[in-house]
Amino acid sequence: MNYKKLKQTRVILSLLFFILTTSLFLDIYEKYANETVHEILFLQFIPSLLQFIQTFAIGTIGFIIVIGLTAFIGRIYCSTICPLGILQDVFAWLAKKRSQARFFYKKKKAYPILRYSLLAITIISLIISFSTIISLLDPYSNFGRFVTYLFRPVVVVLNNGIAMLLNKFEVYSLNPVKLVAAPWFMLIFSILIFLTIAFMSYKRGRLFCNTVCPVGTFLGLISKVSFLKIRFDEDNCTKCGKCIGACKSECIDLKLYTVDHSRCVDCFNCLAVCNDSALKLTSKPPKANTNTSRRNAITTGIALLVGQKLLAESNPSNDTSKLLVNKKEHPVSPPGSISIKRFNEICTGCGLCVAVCPTQVLQPAVGQYGLKGFMQPHMDYVDGGYCNFDCRGCGQICPTGAILPIEIEEKQITQLGKAVFVKENCVVYTDGTDCGACSEHCPTKAVNMIPYEGKLLIPEVDQSICIGCGACEHPCPIDAPYKAIYVNGNAVHQAAEKPKEEEQTSAPVEEDFPF
Amino acid sequence: MKRRDFLRTGIGAGLISGALPLFGGLDSINGQPVKTEYDLAAVRGGNGGDMFDRAIEAIGGISKYVKAGQKVVVKPNIGWDAPPERAANTNPEVVARIVKRCKEAGASEVYVFDNTCNKWDRCYRNSGIEDAVKEAGGKMIPGNTESFYKEVEIPNGKSLKKAKVHKMILESDVFINVPVMKHHSSTRISLAMKNLMGVVWDRKFYHSNDLHQCIADFCTFKKPDLNIIDGYNMMTKNGPRGVSVADVTNLKALIASPDIVAADAAATKMFGLQPSEIGHIGIAHEMKLGNMNLEELSISKQKMV
Repeated sequence: MNYKKLKQTRVILSLLFFILTTSLFLDIYEKYANETVHEILFLQFIPSLLQFIQTFAIGTIGFIIVIGLTAFIGRIYCSTICPLGILQDVFAWLAKKRSQARFFYKKKKAYPILRYSLLAITIISLIISFSTIISLLDPYSNFGRFVTYLFRPVVVVLNNGIAMLLNKFEVYSLNPVKLVAAPWFMLIFSILIFLTIAFMSYKRGRLFCNTVCPVGTFLGLISKVSFLKIRFDEDNCTKCGKCIGACKSECIDLKLYTVDHSRCVDCFNCLAVCNDSALKLTSKPPKANTNTSRRNAITTGIALLVGQKLLAESNPSNDTSKLLVNKKEHPVSPPGSISIKRFNEICTGCGLCVAVCPTQVLQPAVGQYGLKGFMQPHMDYVDGGYCNFDCRGCGQICPTGAILPIEIEEKQITQLGKAVFVKENCVVYTDGTDCGACSEHCPTKAVNMIPYEGKLLIPEVDQSICIGCGACEHPCPIDAPYKAIYVNGNAVHQAAEKPKEEEQTSAPVEEDFPF
Repeated sequence: MKRRDFLRTGIGAGLISGALPLFGGLDSINGQPVKTEYDLAAVRGGNGGDMFDRAIEAIGGISKYVKAGQKVVVKPNIGWDAPPERAANTNPEVVARIVKRCKEAGASEVYVFDNTCNKWDRCYRNSGIEDAVKEAGGKMIPGNTESFYKEVEIPNGKSLKKAKVHKMILESDVFINVPVMKHHSSTRISLAMKNLMGVVWDRKFYHSNDLHQCIADFCTFKKPDLNIIDGYNMMTKNGPRGVSVADVTNLKALIASPDIVAADAAATKMFGLQPSEIGHIGIAHEMKLGNMNLEELSISKQKMV
């Protein structure tokens, strides 16, 4: 078998999966049909597993296929399908390119206690539904967060810059896209994890995959007994050491002619580099560099992220002494999440719904859900936006099933929370002037305007038809936390009544020309 | 002698009666005030585009408002992510016909935009206006880009003293305002003056600083050259977004006038309300921005079959 071609094929496949997966999070012009998302993410291990546990649907057996594949050929998943793995390969490749060493990698020992403990903790967390551990360790979710909270803002800023430039020449093929800054904590947390994983892969190749990642450890157990394995043909081996130099998992032992299959990620670098046919894929029983330009790039990237966050924070101060603070008993979880408790147990905070949401109302929570919901999305009606009445995008794309793909008719009567009107904060009461921005936007007219003191109109909420979409809270001209109308989240989503079926209206005045 | 006189008189009378259309048509014979054009035109009974053609004829023809080589900005209501039958936005056929006539009158470019309430690309698309305008040869401009808005002073405003206004309004030669006739939960109706809230960036300011006064104040800064109120479909309740098509009636009406206050006054009456009941109309009339006393104006009324 031509192993150079095999490695080439692996590289092409891995780039394909990487680009397709990444593009889902960077789809700022909403070009992807929501159904395509599931096709692209079908084989992602943990999301598929989480969906399967809930629904046992045929569309969720991606992880079973991965297990089968691993039993056949080893941890091909880690080198071809897992986007975090491929990202780490990029850093590893950079490190190797810039190094003068003839043999870049060395044989290193495994850390079995660490990785099997982490695997055990992950399995226990799955059983008791403590999703925070899974969120932190799932490679897909970590990758998703990097793209959503670090890469996507940079893409948006670039897009907006180019769009402005083109607009000056009356070319409107690109347009500025809204960007809502993620909470500080999320940005810093994401940057830290990103730098950690980047550093680990730059220095030690697939170290993360072989010590921390529970998917890697689990597949490694299966890989130990896979049908096809990378083995030594000891008679041909000249002990030149090129294979060790190319092994990203640092798992080849030339003294004992062994490959540690629990750590081998099937990148086929060793097969391709060996000129003596001493390594075969077979079933029979083998710096510190100071590059300132990169520092500049990283610094610029961080500055762009931090800068857009700083720009977002400019609140003029008003006299709020007489206003009442909004009392929100629960945050608001996305439509299709059924209840906050269920949502917190399943969501791994991958950020795909945040990236895809057309109004950017979904934003990562820091403390809103407590620790168990850290990094999971909530509906941010203050800074984000409000939920588009005709959209069911988040449920359609959620890869773990934390947000279920409910039909649009069901979504339009799902009560995420109840609107609460605070008369003391409302301009109609405080200033005696008309406003009505809340009722304007309400899709069910649960917020209606009734006569008040002379010719004014003031809001009144009918909570029975309110769906908690936030279309009232977001445009209220009073700044948070003193909004005159806000949504108090439901811990368990309720069913709202449909607005009363109204009779077909007719012309208010009989005359053709009443003037 | 008598026959010569008779011929002279006869031919003269014939010429004059034949030339009557030039002097105001049948109306002049009926005893109506003789006018070459009206202050306000109202049309009933046709489709949106045709009613516009009839109305614009009565108030001077499109070439009175658009000269060859001029840049025209048409500002419809594209505020909501809703299809045309919901009447939350202006009827696309009306907008398309206006664009078409402007181009025929020699306009160099016709720009169309709105600072939408829902997501702008969905509004532009689902309202049907984007496609209709493109087909008619106009250019859709995004309205939700802050850098397109320039701050201006409004010295005669009582509450609104400054605002960021879309550059198309500031840079174009002709400004045509095309609202849809609909109910509004804040201001009771949303017509020509209310539609101008879509040319400023910060609407929140209006809502928290005397909404009706701000709406009138903007007109002290700039008034449209022409106002076309589209009542082909009218939303009679649950405005400005509407809940369903049950809120909409196929009224088949259109009102046109260069006087924004008069146009609003006439359209208000079609709701069965009095113009003085609507805060910003009364205020604008007091501020002499237009005339809401319709009995003082000459109004053309046309019923199409």
